[in-house]
Amino acid sequence: MSEIKSLTRRFGGRFVTSGTVAVADRKSDEPALSVHGLSKRFGDRVAFQDISFALGHGEVFGFLGPNGAGKTTMVRTLGTLIAPTSGSGTVAGIPLTPENGVEIRRRIAIMPESPGLYLRLSVTENLACFADLYESRAPRERIDLALRAVGLAGRAGDPCGALSKGLRQRVALARALLSDPQVLFLDEPTSGLDPVAAHDVHELIDKLRQRGVTIFLTTHRLEEAERLCDRVAILNTTLRTIGRPDELRERLFAKTLTVRTPAALADPGRVFGGLPAVDSWHEDGAADYVLAVSEQVIAAPAVTRALVAAGADVLSISESRHSLEDVYLELINEDEEANRR
Amino acid sequence: MNTNTRRVQAIFRKELREYRRNGPIVSTMAVIPLIFVIQPLIQVFALPASAAAGLSHEHVLLYLLGIPAIVPAFVAAYAVVGERQQGTLEPVLTTPIRREELLLAKALATLLPSIAVAYAVYALFLACVELFALRTVASALVHPSELLAQLAFTPLLAGWTIWIAIAISTRFNDIRVAQQLATLAGLPSVVVTTLIAFNVIPATLGLALAGAAVLLVLNRLGWRITSAMFDRERLIAGTR
Repeated sequence: MSEIKSLTRRFGGRFVTSGTVAVADRKSDEPALSVHGLSKRFGDRVAFQDISFALGHGEVFGFLGPNGAGKTTMVRTLGTLIAPTSGSGTVAGIPLTPENGVEIRRRIAIMPESPGLYLRLSVTENLACFADLYESRAPRERIDLALRAVGLAGRAGDPCGALSKGLRQRVALARALLSDPQVLFLDEPTSGLDPVAAHDVHELIDKLRQRGVTIFLTTHRLEEAERLCDRVAILNTTLRTIGRPDELRERLFAKTLTVRTPAALADPGRVFGGLPAVDSWHEDGAADYVLAVSEQVIAAPAVTRALVAAGADVLSISESRHSLEDVYLELINEDEEANRR
Repeated sequence: MNTNTRRVQAIFRKELREYRRNGPIVSTMAVIPLIFVIQPLIQVFALPASAAAGLSHEHVLLYLLGIPAIVPAFVAAYAVVGERQQGTLEPVLTTPIRREELLLAKALATLLPSIAVAYAVYALFLACVELFALRTVASALVHPSELLAQLAFTPLLAGWTIWIAIAISTRFNDIRVAQQLATLAGLPSVVVTTLIAFNVIPATLGLALAGAAVLLVLNRLGWRITSAMFDRERLIAGTR
């Protein structure tokens, strides 16, 4: 993956050149991708409904949701493979209409969930075909660098049919890099990869972000989304929420402090009542107390002082951490409960 | 609509590489035509010298025009449904390629080996006739005008069969069904060439010119109609 630097550096000039043209085309405040009220139905079945969001240039955007939530259909719609039923949008600065399909596809790349390689052809032959489809300048150099970026330079001549699932996934990723895309759609890019290879892909995504490539990432790996994405959206046919991972946590879960003492407090109401920034409290076990707070930085020292003043020993005072997974599960469980009712 | 040559060549080259790596595809293309010529060859070898006079008024060799009408059907029927089933269609459609370019590349890539097989079988037939049939029978059987017809009509008939087969391939979800239907769809062309070969339809220069013109138009129409039938959404999402 050290080759990523080389890819960035060597294509840096060309990317900036083509990027400059693209930048000249677009207004600086224009989003890299935006959709307004976008819906897609297949007959009676709703794939997704009334979706609106906008992505900035160089943003890594995580698109999460359970199976059948409409994520892949959204990628296909934005990639002009299928037409939306209603709503509008722009992709890489081009209005999302069937007439603009070719122009949009010139500026984007999609790595589908399934690599879809020609198994009888070698890795290089697969990439050469796509370099020509994208009308790449200096295709050979482009292919070499893409292969080095995904750590496959040594397997260039191998038939794709002889590669493992993970290596095929890497070839598909190299294919997506051939066109110097403004917007890159990655559908489960680390599915089937071992931890080291997945880590390499994460590094590559970081580098692409630094180059100003907007990345639309669908994934089931929530820790991956949390680590890589500037913002995430959770889709379950409708858009359930969108924001930075920390924003979503704050929006969904109250801030709490958990106090653990060796023995139950004699009068916890007197200790915790009336403290600054502490809104309420409840016992959570024999000697554990959960305090709902408005500002942890104010509440934590006040709670410590109150416990010391009450002569209580303290084992720990910790702020509760919620992961993106907690947010995801909370929202999806809400939907399931609503569907059951 | 402007056709981008580089994109057409990209798919064309890719298809030819796949044929090369999958030898049985082309070799099996040659099996049916070989079966097609065995019986006529045996009959020709058995003909006495007295049959030569009758042969000079017939166009038996035009019977071999049935070969380009049949040979490409099986392979061309795989063009879209096959790529779809092996999961390679979606990545291609995410590139700037237009459906017209994709289909033209696939048609040309099927046309090339089909013509090669048809000409090779025809050449083999002529060689066998020259080597093993009676001299008088051979010279009565082979007419220069028919050689010309064979050269001209082979690509036209193969092209028409290819467009029908690709059209079928865009509409069916099962490779086997598409291949069987495409083979059947080539039969009307075989019937027409057979009727001409056996003088039921008189073979004239006017008929040849009209036939060539009709086939040219049908090939052009085949490209347009097949392109119109190529529905990205149905092929990718499996709906509509």
